Formats: sequence, structure tokens, C-alpha cells
Amino acid sequence: MRLSPLNQRRLANFRANRRGHASLWLFALLFVVTLFAELIANDRPLLVRYDGAFYVPVMVDYPETTFGGFFPTTTDYHDPAVQELIREKGWMIWPAVPFRYDTVVKDLPVPAPAPPSWTNLLGTDDQARDVLARVVYGFRISVLFGFTLTIVSSIVGVAAGAVQGYYGGWVDLAFQRFIEIWSGLPTLYLLIILASIITPTFWILLVFLLLFSWMGLVGVVRAEFLRGRNFDYVRAAKAMGLSDVRVMVRHILPNAMVATLTFMPFILAGSVTVLTSLDFLGFGLPPGSPSLGELLSQGKNNLQAPWLGITGFIVLAVQLTLLTFIGEAVRDAFDPRKLPGGGR
Amino acid sequence: MTAPVLSVEGLTKHFPVERGILRRAVAWVRAVDGVDFDIAPGETLCLVGESGCGKSTVARLVLRLTEPTSGAIRLGGTDITTLSESEMAPYRRKVQMVFQDPYASLNPRLRVGQIVGEPLENFENLGTAERNERVGAILAKVGLRPEAAGRYPFEFSGGQRQRIGIARALALRPELIVADEPVSALDVSVQAQVLNLLMDLQEEFGLAFLFVSHDLAVVEHIGHRIAVMYLGHIVEIGPKDDVLAEPAHPYTKALIAAAPVPDPRARREKLVIEGDVPSPLNPPPGCRFHTRCPFVFGRCREEVPLLKEIAPGRRAACHLLDQPA
Repeated sequence: MRLSPLNQRRLANFRANRRGHASLWLFALLFVVTLFAELIANDRPLLVRYDGAFYVPVMVDYPETTFGGFFPTTTDYHDPAVQELIREKGWMIWPAVPFRYDTVVKDLPVPAPAPPSWTNLLGTDDQARDVLARVVYGFRISVLFGFTLTIVSSIVGVAAGAVQGYYGGWVDLAFQRFIEIWSGLPTLYLLIILASIITPTFWILLVFLLLFSWMGLVGVVRAEFLRGRNFDYVRAAKAMGLSDVRVMVRHILPNAMVATLTFMPFILAGSVTVLTSLDFLGFGLPPGSPSLGELLSQGKNNLQAPWLGITGFIVLAVQLTLLTFIGEAVRDAFDPRKLPGGGR
Repeated sequence: MTAPVLSVEGLTKHFPVERGILRRAVAWVRAVDGVDFDIAPGETLCLVGESGCGKSTVARLVLRLTEPTSGAIRLGGTDITTLSESEMAPYRRKVQMVFQDPYASLNPRLRVGQIVGEPLENFENLGTAERNERVGAILAKVGLRPEAAGRYPFEFSGGQRQRIGIARALALRPELIVADEPVSALDVSVQAQVLNLLMDLQEEFGLAFLFVSHDLAVVEHIGHRIAVMYLGHIVEIGPKDDVLAEPAHPYTKALIAAAPVPDPRARREKLVIEGDVPSPLNPPPGCRFHTRCPFVFGRCREEVPLLKEIAPGRRAACHLLDQPA
């Protein structure tokens, strides 16, 4: 696809903002790396060579008997006896962090939470789980959650705003009153009630938050459509007999997309924060899930173990700062005053 | 006389003035209040009048961009006033529009080829190559090079952009083009080019125009017939030369007298009307022009004058014309 000159200039503007540009790449790097969390932090070796054959425990469950053990259950590669067996007839390659987010680190020299050491670079939490492993998985889940929530709520919000702005009149009036009432619902209390009835999973939480987060974009998109429907070229499209959907998508939506894209990084940062605060309060992801909010809450409960709170704070701060820098760069790139010919 | 392309009867548009949360209509703006006219194939009917008299509203009503309050719009004999959008589809191809502002009427994000090709895409199932060929041919017709198709509207001047707008209107070979002040936003020299282009296209394709304008010089150049509007009414309608040479209605006289003459030594008997146009929210009773008419008399204040035939093909709405001369 060839970019229009306007978009080329926007891209150049974005690149010219070095802080935002660098933030984007750093965030992308962190995201891609954590996407493969299973290969970075896992309680199974990446590769095992045993008795002349290769095994990939990361992908496949092997019973202990494979390696000459006694039990037909899945191998626990942290078990010294198993390690001994494998070492006798081969070798194994471990991931950088030899723990999963839910691996309980045995043989700790001190009671959990254990301070940072060479085995657990960021220490363990109060249930003896490796903090670094939890941070890697927690970063991934918060970004994935944020992305999904942002994209779905943007689509719903843009569609709702488009319909209201385009048709106007009674549709607009009724929809706006509905939104006023709907946005008045106390989301947090509803969520507490929900959490007391069922344990929210990733998807339940997502759908629930979506019910309330789609309203964020309705305002700007509606305004763009209210403005756009009176443009001469929109009138021309209608006079041509184009269907409403086509007029909306082809002729008005591109105008609304500028506002939408500008908001998106901030919505993403907002979604990440919402998930973190819900986890912090204990109404978020099910217990045991790796999450930054849960880490912060552990830090609050274990002030004698400052590595918990500090880690949670730094990871979250870096994540949100990067998103904000990206958002600012996107916003400035779309700023018409920065485009030659506009505003001059 | 051949059957008219467009025939409008008793066309009315009252815009509600809404108040309160229930949006009750508390008053009505009578933008267009019972307008009748016909346009024959290949004919140009010019709609003239000052700002706010309802001429642009008439143009939009004819295309059903605004829903009429009452009245009938017939396209080649079919009443399209109450057709649904899907039933309208075949008639949409017959009428197209050219807008006043060549900057606002072209989507800045689309290439010229997409803009001109869009009606074809919508109505005719053509392959890309065939469509591009048609677009090229249409662009050539309006005096643009076929390479223009790959460019964006901002790369063109006002006159060229108006040509693009005309090309878009022309793409479906309509029978009627509604032109809402198509040259008002252009330089005078470019105006002439665009007007001549429109006249050439009219001759080639047998197009009819509903041409909205406030500029009598433009009207004189392009029009076949003239309809003069005042506050939502047509006050006079007839062949161009007759209306301009011997206006029957006092408002038409005033309008012609107000047109500038490019001769500093010219002295004419000026008919000057005073005051502003009354609000269409609460139009005066009787003849709508009576508040400003220099020849006003008793009957004008009470009785609405009807459009009456004063000569073959010429009608005017004025009580003075009933008086024995």
C-alpha cells in the first residue's frame, strides 16, 4: 500500500520525535521478548540431550520414565535426582530464568520472600515464586490485555460514535442519554459484586471492562461525524447514491481516525493501569496469575522485602512512561500545525 | 414541448426551530414555500435571488439531500419525493450535483481517479482497467490530462478542482446536473472557462442544468430561462432575454438594477429597495415583498399574489400586473 503524502509526512514527523520513536522500538522489543516468555522463564529446560536423543520439554510433556526415573508422571526437572539421571547420559539447556511464574522455588536459604540472589535475580515473593519470572509473564499479560481492550473498545466506540454523529436527530439524542446513564454506573462496585460471585478470568474481565470502556472514543468520533456529514464531498457522495455505510467508512471515518489514533496509546496506558489496579485490589485476574498489580500488592504487604514493591514500581513506571512517550509522539505527528501548509 | 426532465410542484421545506429537551418545534423557518418549475431536456434554468432566499435549499431538495416537507419532485415523470433510498438508486444516476466550493467538495484523501471513478464503482460493474479508461476519458472531456487521475485534489487550482467536480457529476452521464453556484468561488477569468465548459458539455450530452446563482452576469451567459426567488417563493419565471430586458416583478427590476455595470459613465434609472429581507421565520403576510416594494398598495399586504401567465412562457407573481396599465 502506498502512503498518501500526508501520511508520509506524519510518519516523518513521528520519526523526527526521537524520544517517541525510541520508546516505540523499546516497547516493541520488550513486547516481542515477553511474547516468548515461555522460552525466557520456564521451569523446564529448552532442550535435553539424553541417551543419544533430543527432547524439547518446553513443548512436550515427558514422563520421568523417559529419563530412567520411576514415576510415569511429568518430569520435574528441578528435582536433583532427575537432574542427576539426565546428566549421566547427556545434558540440558535451561532458559535464562529457570522458573515459571508459578514455580515454587524450593531449597530457599531463607523464608520467603527471599531477597535477590544469583538464583533469583529479583528475589522471590511471599509464596517463594521467582519475581523476575513473574514480571516477564506479568508484563506480557498486561500488554496483551491492554491491547485487546483498547482495540475492541475502539472499534465499538468508533462504530457507536459514527452512527450517532451520522444519523443525528433522535438516534443521537437517545444514544447520548443512554451513554450518560451507562457511564454513571459505578464500574468498580459492579466488579466487586462480580468478583464475589465468580472468579473473573482474563476474558470475563475483558468483556466486563469493555462494557464500560467503549464510551471513551464516542465523543470525539461523534463530533467528527456531526461535522463531517455536512461536508460538500459527503453530500456529493450521498447525491451519488452511495450507501450510508460506504459514505461513513470512505468519506468521514478517515477524519475521525486521526482523533482515534491519537487517543489509542493513552487508552492503552489507561487499560494497563486499570488491570493493574484491579489486581492490586484483588478483583482482577484469578489468584496465582502473574500480574504487576499483584506484585505491587505483595510489596505493600511485605514492606520488609522492598525488592517486591520496587520491582513492581519500576516495571510499571517504565511501561507507562514508554506508552506515554509514544502517545505524545503520535499526537504531535498528527498535529496539523506541524504539517507544512497547515496553520501557516 | 417535450416532457420535462425535472418537474417540481408545490415544493416546500419548513425547517423546525426546536426548543427544550423534547426538541419540540416552536417555530418553522419557511425556507422554500411552494415552488413550481419544469426543466426541459437540454435546458438551463437559472435560479436567482439574494442570500437566504432558499435557492440552495431547492437544489438540495431536488437531490433529496434534504427531505421536502411537501410537494412533488418528478424525474422524467416518476415522482421521487417519497421513494426510499434503495428505490431512489436508479434515479440517482440521472441527477448529479456540482457544488459551490471546489475545495470542500472533493475528499482530500482520495485521488482524483478515485473521486471521479466512485460513481462508476457504485453503479457500474466495471473492471479496474475499464473504469480507469472511462475516468481518463471523462477527465479529457473536462479539459484535464488523464495523468490527473493519480494526483490528489490539493495539487490542483480552484478552476481545475471545479473541473474535477464536474467530471464526477458527469461520470454517470446524467440527464440533469444541479449546480449550486458552481463558479461563485472562482476568479472571473476562470469563471468564464468553467461556464463555457458547462455549455459545451450541455451541447455534447444534451444535459439539462438547474443552475443556482446570484450573479446576473453569469446567468445571462449560461441561462435559457430564469426563475427569480424571494423568501422561498418564485416571484418571476420566464425566458432569460425577456426577464432581463423587461422584468415584470418589482423585485426582479431591483435585482437587475443592483447588478454592477462595467462602465463608470453609465447612468441608469436605479430602482433601489431598502431594508433587509424579512425573516423567513415569520414571513410578512400577503406579498412577501411588500415590506420593501416601492409600489406597494393595500392589496399587497393582505393577499398573496399567485404566479400568473403574463406572456407565453412567462409568469410573475405581483398584484400590480392585474391592474389595468
